[in-house]
Amino acid sequence: MKVIDERAGAKTAKTGAARYKAGVLKYAQMGYWNPDYVPKETDILALFRITPQEGVEPEEAAAAVAGESSTATWTVVWTDRLTACDRYRAKAFRVDPVPGSAGQYFAYIAYDLDLFEPGSIANVSASIIGNVFGFKPLKALRLEDMRFPAAYVKTFPGPPTGIVVERERLDKFGRPLLGATVKPKLGLSGKNYGRVVYEALRGGLDFTKDDENINSQPFMHWRDRFLYCMEAVNRAQAATGEVKGTYLNVTAGTMEAMYERAEFAKELGSVIVMIDLVIGYTAIQSMSNWARRNDMILHLHRAGHSTYTRQKTHGVSFRVISKWMRLAGIDHIHAGTVVGKLEGDPNSVQGFYNVLREEHNQVDLQRGIFFDQDWCGLRGVMPVASGGIHAGQMHQLLHYLGEDVVLQFGGGTIGHPMGIVAGAEANRVALEAMVLARNEGRDIWNEGPDILQKAARHCVPLQAALDVWGEITFNYESTDTPDFVPTATAAA
Amino acid sequence: MRLTQGTFSFLPDLTDEQIGAQVEYCLRNGWAVAIEYTDDPHPRNSYWEMFGLPMFDVRDAAGVMTELRSCRQVFPEHYIKVNAFDSSHGRESLRLSFIVSRPAREPGFRLDRQEGPGRTMRYSTHSYATDRPTGERY
Repeated sequence: MKVIDERAGAKTAKTGAARYKAGVLKYAQMGYWNPDYVPKETDILALFRITPQEGVEPEEAAAAVAGESSTATWTVVWTDRLTACDRYRAKAFRVDPVPGSAGQYFAYIAYDLDLFEPGSIANVSASIIGNVFGFKPLKALRLEDMRFPAAYVKTFPGPPTGIVVERERLDKFGRPLLGATVKPKLGLSGKNYGRVVYEALRGGLDFTKDDENINSQPFMHWRDRFLYCMEAVNRAQAATGEVKGTYLNVTAGTMEAMYERAEFAKELGSVIVMIDLVIGYTAIQSMSNWARRNDMILHLHRAGHSTYTRQKTHGVSFRVISKWMRLAGIDHIHAGTVVGKLEGDPNSVQGFYNVLREEHNQVDLQRGIFFDQDWCGLRGVMPVASGGIHAGQMHQLLHYLGEDVVLQFGGGTIGHPMGIVAGAEANRVALEAMVLARNEGRDIWNEGPDILQKAARHCVPLQAALDVWGEITFNYESTDTPDFVPTATAAA
Repeated sequence: MRLTQGTFSFLPDLTDEQIGAQVEYCLRNGWAVAIEYTDDPHPRNSYWEMFGLPMFDVRDAAGVMTELRSCRQVFPEHYIKVNAFDSSHGRESLRLSFIVSRPAREPGFRLDRQEGPGRTMRYSTHSYATDRPTGERY
């Protein structure tokens, strides 16, 4: 590639005729690097982790990302001069080396609000991650965090139900909610599937859940599943006097099919429906509108996210996905367990939870939060902890994840030696005993195992659960850890 | 059956000392404690009767426990629960809600089904106790 100006000034924006002379300029020379720029309150901010190729200056790499995610192309075009191009150009305004990771930099980029369509995650993502991730001058690129100005946040309706209203509808306060994913996740007939739902809800869980790939298969068509599940929900409700729910997954090949399934779930009296992240941002926003119109809780399974969230140098952080999904408007989202079988550093996971739940996020580098974010009254999203957790970890789960969370024990309920009802009861007793003890001022982090053992004295199923799983842990080092802690924190 | 609404229904019935400790926790957090009772425990009954207003100005657990004792005296065979209300912005809702008294016998609920087309079903949860007028149910 022929670069016009290799001399000093390669980081300085050219002006006037020199800027628009036909040919190729460095992105910094085209005005995409501006260390003096002071971001406006209305700007959208993005923080990228960039790994430039050998010999590429970090400022130039940052400018390239700013350029390719806003107005630039590889060469100068005179048609820029028909626009207010200074304003539309994104500005990389700060580049910091990543602590402890040679060759990686944090690049801060500011985007003018006019670059984005109101209320469209599809548009935000097409702009910010649409074109730049395969860019040759970069070895790797990761979108770490974003800041959305109040003016943009307010163009989204946000979660249709939210944590507070969900609790009021379910009449469940002061403790995490309990759920379980029906297992085996594939192969059960509708009738057998409903049996698992009934036993788990009757035993003490608040929710059961379809898994991400339960849609409409030869062994169980969706209508059959919905009918049997709602029989189970209503039986369990009458047996316990509590509101119960099952996340009916309405994910399908077309939007029309999803609406049809959701309407049927509503007709049958379900309080909640479920979708998968893989249906896409536009479909998610459409289902959010549907849920809002129909007073339905909307559960989102983050199917597929690890393909781009897990590796630290390339992809999109889950904290960004969390922000996009709160804007898009969902009520539940799987966001990690810390202690379970799936990836999740404690600090990173708490960062995701804070993004989903708090009214206002403060900068919190330890938890990977790089920007202040005011959610401007958008309701909170209930995080869901699912994957390889069991009753013996109750004190750790409550300690790390707090109260506004759905704890999902799939194997930990259905795999109980005394059956599903017993498994559900063990989880519920463990949870209530732990919340009671915490509220009494006990130190649950240290006394947790003792509290569980005492609770098991009046609950045989809990004793059995502790005997089978008490010692099971998943102690692997996390991949996606914040950069501002001395070492990766091990899962407890 | 045992009605399992509320935060602690899966534990053995709480002693007054345990209830007091939970009330202390609520007061420490600045929440207003309220007492409610009912003889219609349908899962969708959002409005149990209020035993007085939420105690916004009561700052010690003993005061709440006195109220609870008088509620139990007046309604010995009703369900009684303790609620804690958090008025801070963004919550403005209950933070804790647990049953502290229940009738000696809990007959529970009957599930009624009305068959519809296409194997659909309309369900209705019917409390056996509400067949009798309020005040004569338990």
